[in-house]
Amino acid sequence: MPILVDAETRLVVQGLTGSEGRFHGLRNRSHGTNVVAGVTPGKGGQDVEGIPVFDTVAAAVGEAGANTAMVFVPAPFAADAMYEAIEAEIGTVICITEGVPAHEMLRLHTFIQGRDVRLIGPNCPGALSPGKANVGIIPAEIFREGSVGLVSRSGTLTYQIGHELTQLGLGNSTIVGIGGDPIVGSSFLELLALFEADPQTEQVVMVGEIGGDEEEKAAAFIEGEMTKPVVAYIAGFTAPPGKTMGHAGAIISGSAGTAQAKKDALEARGIRVGTTPTETAALVAEIALR
Amino acid sequence: MDLHEYQGKELFRRYGIPVSEGALATTADEARAAAETLGGLVVVKAQVLIGGRGKAGGIKLASTPDEAAARAGEILGMDIRGHTVSKVWVERASDIAREYYLSLTFDRSAKKPLFMFTTRGGVDIEEVAESSPEALVRLHVDPLEGCHPWHARRLVYAAGIDDPGEQKQIATIVARLYDAFVGADAMLCEINPLIVTPDGEVRALDSKFTVDDNALFRHADIAEMRDVAGSDPLEVLAREKGVTYVKLDGDVGVLGNGAGLTMSTVDVVTFVGGRPANFCDLGGGGDAQGVVDALEVITRDEQVRAIFFNIFGGITRCDEVARGILQAVEQMGLEQPIVVRLDGTNAEEGRRILGEAALANLHAEATMLDGARRAVELAA
Repeated sequence: MPILVDAETRLVVQGLTGSEGRFHGLRNRSHGTNVVAGVTPGKGGQDVEGIPVFDTVAAAVGEAGANTAMVFVPAPFAADAMYEAIEAEIGTVICITEGVPAHEMLRLHTFIQGRDVRLIGPNCPGALSPGKANVGIIPAEIFREGSVGLVSRSGTLTYQIGHELTQLGLGNSTIVGIGGDPIVGSSFLELLALFEADPQTEQVVMVGEIGGDEEEKAAAFIEGEMTKPVVAYIAGFTAPPGKTMGHAGAIISGSAGTAQAKKDALEARGIRVGTTPTETAALVAEIALR
Repeated sequence: MDLHEYQGKELFRRYGIPVSEGALATTADEARAAAETLGGLVVVKAQVLIGGRGKAGGIKLASTPDEAAARAGEILGMDIRGHTVSKVWVERASDIAREYYLSLTFDRSAKKPLFMFTTRGGVDIEEVAESSPEALVRLHVDPLEGCHPWHARRLVYAAGIDDPGEQKQIATIVARLYDAFVGADAMLCEINPLIVTPDGEVRALDSKFTVDDNALFRHADIAEMRDVAGSDPLEVLAREKGVTYVKLDGDVGVLGNGAGLTMSTVDVVTFVGGRPANFCDLGGGGDAQGVVDALEVITRDEQVRAIFFNIFGGITRCDEVARGILQAVEQMGLEQPIVVRLDGTNAEEGRRILGEAALANLHAEATMLDGARRAVELAA
C-alpha cells in the first residue's frame, strides 16, 4: 500500500469544468485514478466526459462517494474551496492552485488542527502512487512502481530526482509534492510519518529548499522516530539572502533558512545529504542495493 | 512586496496608528515647500528599500526650509548600498524621551503571527535578541482567535511599562497594528523606534512594512505602491514580461522550468566551478513566447557569456521550448553559446527540432550535470 492516493481513492475535482482542472482531471483518470465527480457551483447536472459535476462538495460526497478532493480553482477562491471540502468530511484534500494568500493558509492551517483531514499544498504538484493513482500534475510516465518514498517542496526538481532514480532502476511507492508556499497544509514530518508507517516504502528521499525550518524539524523527527533510511537534498545553496527564488516560501530571511544550515542540521543527525540531484539518486541506490 | 517608510506610515495612518506629519519630495524645491508647510525643525529621510539609511548619511535634520532644500539636494541621487535615492520624506522632527520597538511578523515555524516588543528600541532588534533576550517580549496570536486586549496587556506588563498613559496608548497601537497586519495581508509590520515624547505621547517614528505578493489581487491600492525606480532594471523588465528572474553576478545565464529545478541548476553550475549570472524560472507553462521573453531578459545582462537551458518537461513541453529557443536566436541574433538539456514531455521531438536547425552556438547535452559543465567551459 502506498500513501495518500491509491486504488481506494475516489476523487472529486473542484474546478473540473475549468481548462486546467479538466485537462489534469482527465489525465489523472487515464492513469487509472477513480475520478468520481467534479464540483463547479452553478454547473451541477452537467458532466465532463462522463464525470458527473455537482454544485457542492457535499453533494459529490453524498451522491458519488468522493473521499479525496483535488482543488484546481483560482487562487482568490481556493481557501474557500478547501474549507468546503474539509467541512464535507473529505479525508484527503490536495490543492494544486498557486498564489493562495499566506494569511488564508495561516487560518486554514489552524483550522485543520485536531480535525481528521490530510491537507496537501497549496502550490504543489500533488501525489502519485505509480500504477495505482495520480492526483495532480506529476507526469506519471517518468516514474515506476517501487519502494522509495519521495517527498518534496518542489515540482520539476522532484521529476528530475525521480528520473535519476528510474535511470538507476529504482521505483517509487508514492511521490508527494507538499508545496512551495511559506505555510502548507502538511509539512515534511507529517509525510515522513506516513512513509514510516507504509509497508511498501523501504526508504525515503526528502527534497527541501531554502526558507523556513521544516527541514530542521524533519531532521529531529527522522533521528528520533524513523527506522527507515532517509536521504535528503536541499536546493538553493547559492541563493542570495532576501530574494524570493520563484517559490513564495523559498527565501532566506536574515541568516535563517539557508541551505547550509539545513544540510548541517541533517548531517548532525546522521542523515546523508546529496549535493546534486545525481549524487542524491546515487545515495538512494547505494542504500537500496545494500 | 516591501513598502517604503512613507508608504508604510500611510497605512499606519489609515489604521489609526499615530505618526508624525510629513510630505514626500523628489526635488530640493519640493523639500523646501514641504518644510515651509510643516514649519520648524524637520527631518529629511531618504526613501530606499534597504536598511542602514542613517549610517549612510541618508537621514538629516534641517531647521529652516532652505536647509531642508540643501539636505534634500545632498540626499537625492545618493547611493545607499546599491540603491539610488529618488525620493525623500520630509517630516516634522520629534522630541524623543524614550525609544521602544514593536513588531508583528509572520512566524512560519509556529504558523502564527508573532508580536515582539521591547523598551530597548532604536537599535537593530537582532542585536537586542542576541545580547539581552530577556528584554525582548514575544507573544503569538492564534490567527482564528485574533488579537484581544489581553495580548496588549501581556506585552506592556512583561516589558515593564508602568506609566498608565503609555500603557493605554501602546495597547491601542498593538490592536491597530494587528488590524493593519491582517487587513493589509502583511508578512511584517515593524515600528522601530516607537517613541515616547517628553509630553508622554506615543508615536511610530519609522515603519517597515512587507505585504504578501499573493494577496495583492485584493489590495489594488497597495499594489500601486510598487516602486520600480529603485529596483534592478532587469528585474523590472522581467516582471513586465511575466518572467521570474533574480539577478546574480556571474557570467553563466541559467534558465530552468520550476523554482526548485532552477535553484538546483544554479547550485550545480556553481559546484562545477562556474558563476551563475541569474536565476530564471520559465514557470509551469513555458510556451515558445515565454522562452523568447526569458532569453530577452537574460541576455540584456551584458555579463552573460554562455546560457544553460535546463528543462524537465512536465506540463512544459520540450518541443515548445526548442521552438522558442530557435525563434529567440533568430529574432535577437543571439551569438552567445547556448547549452540545452531537455528531458520529460516531448523531449525527443525537442532534441530533433534543435538538431535539424544545426546552429553553431547550440550545444545539446544529455544530463543536467554535463550541461552545467559544458556551459561553464563555454563561458570561460
